[in-house]
Amino acid sequence: MIILEISFLCNRLMSLSGCKTILTLCVDKMPTTSKIPEFRLLAAPILLRSKNIKHFLEYVTQNFLTRKPVCLPALYAGSLADYRHSRSIPSVDIPGLLASPTLPMPILQITILCLVALLIGAFVRGQWRVWLLLVASLAAVYWLQPFTPISHLDFWLPSISVVLTIFVWAVTRQNQPWNSKDNWITVGILIGFVLVIGLSRYLGPVCCLTPSRPPVLYQIILLIALTTGLVLLFWRTSQGRSALLAGFLVLILGLFIILKTEPLAAWLSAGLRSLSGRSSSTASALDLRWLGFSYIAFRLLHCMRDRQNGRLPEFKLHEFLIYVLFFPTLTAGPIDRSQRFIQDLRKPNNLNSQDLTQSFQRIAWGFFKKFVVADTLAVIALNEVNAAQTSPTMWLWVFVYAYAFRIYFDFSGYTDIAIGAGQFVGIKLPENFDRPYLKPNLTAFWNSWHITLALWFRAYFFNPLTRALRSSKRAISMPVIIFLGQLGTMTLIGLWHGVTWNFLIWGAWHGIGLFFHNRWSEFSKAKLVGLTQTPWLNRLSSLASTFLTFQYVVLGWVWFALPEPAQSWKVLLGLFGYGQ
Amino acid sequence: MDSNQASNRSPLAKGEDSSMRLSPGISLKNVLVKSIFLFILLNLLFALFKPVPWLARISAYNSLFPGRQRLPFGEIQDKAYNLSLYQLDAMFRSHTIAAGKSLNEYRVIVIGDSSVWGYLLKPYQTLTASLNRMHLTTPDGKPVRFYNLGYPTINLTKDILILSNAMKYQPDLVVWLTTLEAFPHSKQLTSPIVQHNPNSVRSLIRAYNLDLDPLDSNLVDPTFLEQTIIGQRRSLADLLRLQLYGVLWAATGIDQFYPETYDPPQANLEASESFYDLNPPTLDAQKLALDSLSAGGQISGRVPILLVNEPIYISQGENSDIRYNFFYPRWAYDQYRSLLMQFSQSKGWAYLDLWDLIPPGEFTNSAIHLTPLGTERLASQIIPAVKTLVDQTYVP
Repeated sequence: MIILEISFLCNRLMSLSGCKTILTLCVDKMPTTSKIPEFRLLAAPILLRSKNIKHFLEYVTQNFLTRKPVCLPALYAGSLADYRHSRSIPSVDIPGLLASPTLPMPILQITILCLVALLIGAFVRGQWRVWLLLVASLAAVYWLQPFTPISHLDFWLPSISVVLTIFVWAVTRQNQPWNSKDNWITVGILIGFVLVIGLSRYLGPVCCLTPSRPPVLYQIILLIALTTGLVLLFWRTSQGRSALLAGFLVLILGLFIILKTEPLAAWLSAGLRSLSGRSSSTASALDLRWLGFSYIAFRLLHCMRDRQNGRLPEFKLHEFLIYVLFFPTLTAGPIDRSQRFIQDLRKPNNLNSQDLTQSFQRIAWGFFKKFVVADTLAVIALNEVNAAQTSPTMWLWVFVYAYAFRIYFDFSGYTDIAIGAGQFVGIKLPENFDRPYLKPNLTAFWNSWHITLALWFRAYFFNPLTRALRSSKRAISMPVIIFLGQLGTMTLIGLWHGVTWNFLIWGAWHGIGLFFHNRWSEFSKAKLVGLTQTPWLNRLSSLASTFLTFQYVVLGWVWFALPEPAQSWKVLLGLFGYGQ
Repeated sequence: MDSNQASNRSPLAKGEDSSMRLSPGISLKNVLVKSIFLFILLNLLFALFKPVPWLARISAYNSLFPGRQRLPFGEIQDKAYNLSLYQLDAMFRSHTIAAGKSLNEYRVIVIGDSSVWGYLLKPYQTLTASLNRMHLTTPDGKPVRFYNLGYPTINLTKDILILSNAMKYQPDLVVWLTTLEAFPHSKQLTSPIVQHNPNSVRSLIRAYNLDLDPLDSNLVDPTFLEQTIIGQRRSLADLLRLQLYGVLWAATGIDQFYPETYDPPQANLEASESFYDLNPPTLDAQKLALDSLSAGGQISGRVPILLVNEPIYISQGENSDIRYNFFYPRWAYDQYRSLLMQFSQSKGWAYLDLWDLIPPGEFTNSAIHLTPLGTERLASQIIPAVKTLVDQTYVP
């Protein structure tokens, strides 16, 4: 029997074909062509020859030519009852259907999350607000997780996010008693929540919070038991706590590196496929799309490092879970600091009319930036395909500029929505953007672009590294320290997006740019005093600096947007009329 | 990034300063009430004035971007840089035909199905591109320019809908390629482009007394709510997308997704003699939309028409003694050819029957889609007929 993951397939086909209504097809009862006129018109010769579902779906996906609404919500060979009760149904990989590396959160999901935040902020007071934030965050972790073709992985990945968060809380605990009332309630909520998700597998294919059916119940109970046992073990361990902490640091960093390194992720996917009895020949890094892990990992690393440095505040379990999995910030940040977050969480939320209006404004602006401006620009933004197809210099510039503005409006739009939703529930999230393209130099740009990530790297990499270099036994000159610090920090920021040559070069591009700006500032400070005293010259210089900085950043996006250095280099040459 | 600078700086504080602040005296309730009122009002006004057709006339094609060489069509938008939409005005405005007719031009429009549009063919490989490469001129030396107004999906009503719009662009000659699949009455209202232009189709039905039901449920009449901004969001987005894809069209010259592989036309056929609701031995002309074909003649008025029975794939596989190909049983197709010949003679139209012109190897993925070589061959057969017609009918 062949089963497809129905909801995912349906969504994907709907987005590809623009279909709005649903036509149910059973593969074992392939419709005759006369029943589907449009197929008869254009597709029937191939459709009739298709002996298997895979071929058929490839055809529908790639060649569906009409606007006749078609979707395949129940594409299976067998009865619905078979589907519901079968425990090990192999799913089918459909090339093209899973081609999108990231599935952006649909507008409906974001709207629902904003409404949830509004309802909690407007109507829930006291401790109930915190508990509801916990439930909403847990629900978001599972609900937003994209479909993966490996059986039940879209249940296990969010579960691992939750379990890792609990483990890190256990190993970073300080003096609080483990058996407080709040912790018991949290444990009850967690177990109840995961069990409810598990039980939903028996309700039918359209019931579940997860994109595909969750695993069988005994596996979930095993997960709960294992987690509980390990947490108790970590809790009672007082000897070797720092080693345990270091171990988790390495584990999370290791996971992060594996997920961000395509060959390693593909290798892990092949392993997971083998474990679930699937062919590993179609394993891909895209199988391991783990919602929000980049941000979850960085929050956890921040907490562990701060614990090592004695700067981590005391968290109860539910507070820690809310901090790490806070639903407005799950997919695109910002990366708040735990010290600031916990203060807001513990403060009563007195949402007044002004807060509400500000939040609405912020969310509306975010929606406009993301879904109107960014999504429009996305059509003409530079990508691997159009870069290869285009040679006229003018159009390459159009694509690159479109990419630059698209990435800004997309990311800052998400941030606006997160900040607005956070404000509903009394959490004032930090800003992530501050008009970065209007900055007169690269240092100012990096103080206003993805601010929370930049601050994270400053706190946990740049500052410790430069301190270490300054205090090293061998005297190192300041320019060398700055160069090493900036280049190292920026290449790591590049690699945070993915371990590829292009992200590395993009990071280095900015690292070198920052170093040159630093040296130029030092050089020009004394030499260009006269310039700053003449207002119009000062203004002109500022405009020129802003323009040059923007161009440098825009050219840097060529490395970021494309997957291969050779292609990026070709585009860069093309932008200046070479290689046409 | 300097460590001191980093530690001294507080982006949070700065960010908060730049965040949006409410002016004193603005109440949330008022804002909400006014927003809802304006939202409803705008939607009502939109539904009342129906501005989509007017908006469809705004186009950056033929000014900022070059006009398209064929009408917009495509479902895999991000790969094809093209899309299917229902606004005929927008479609025509994006076409190079909308660039304006120069005095020194003899304009020929070519209408038909996906084989004319050029499915799986690059813009320079289509039938009209091949015809243009032959540099035909009028007796007094004006260049004859062919415009591709083919559109995928096969039926005659769709063809006359396109033709009626194309007449605004002052053609001097119409070349109309068709095939039996376009004729069954039951197919006439199945194209989405037909279904979503109900008023235009009804006008055609009434004006030319077509044997179609103006109240047919296939015709999609939007409800009042569907005419609001919310209801028309897809149409509005399509209009915007069409313009955006103009950038990609200009930059890449791509207007179609070309799959790496495709299946050839079906060679082994079912042992079935049926064609829609028609059965042997006699092809009932009453069940074919010859009235739509006639309407085409009326729409073109004094502009001459060259009718072409387009080439089909002739299978030599299993049951090919019963059927020519997936589409056609032999008996039906043979009788259709005779009918079409009689029809064109009765109307005095120039007619070319090229049904068996192309060898099976020159078809791509269907019984009517041709390879570039097949298309060249078809063009070489059409051009003499066009030349004859131009010579006969040209008025300087």
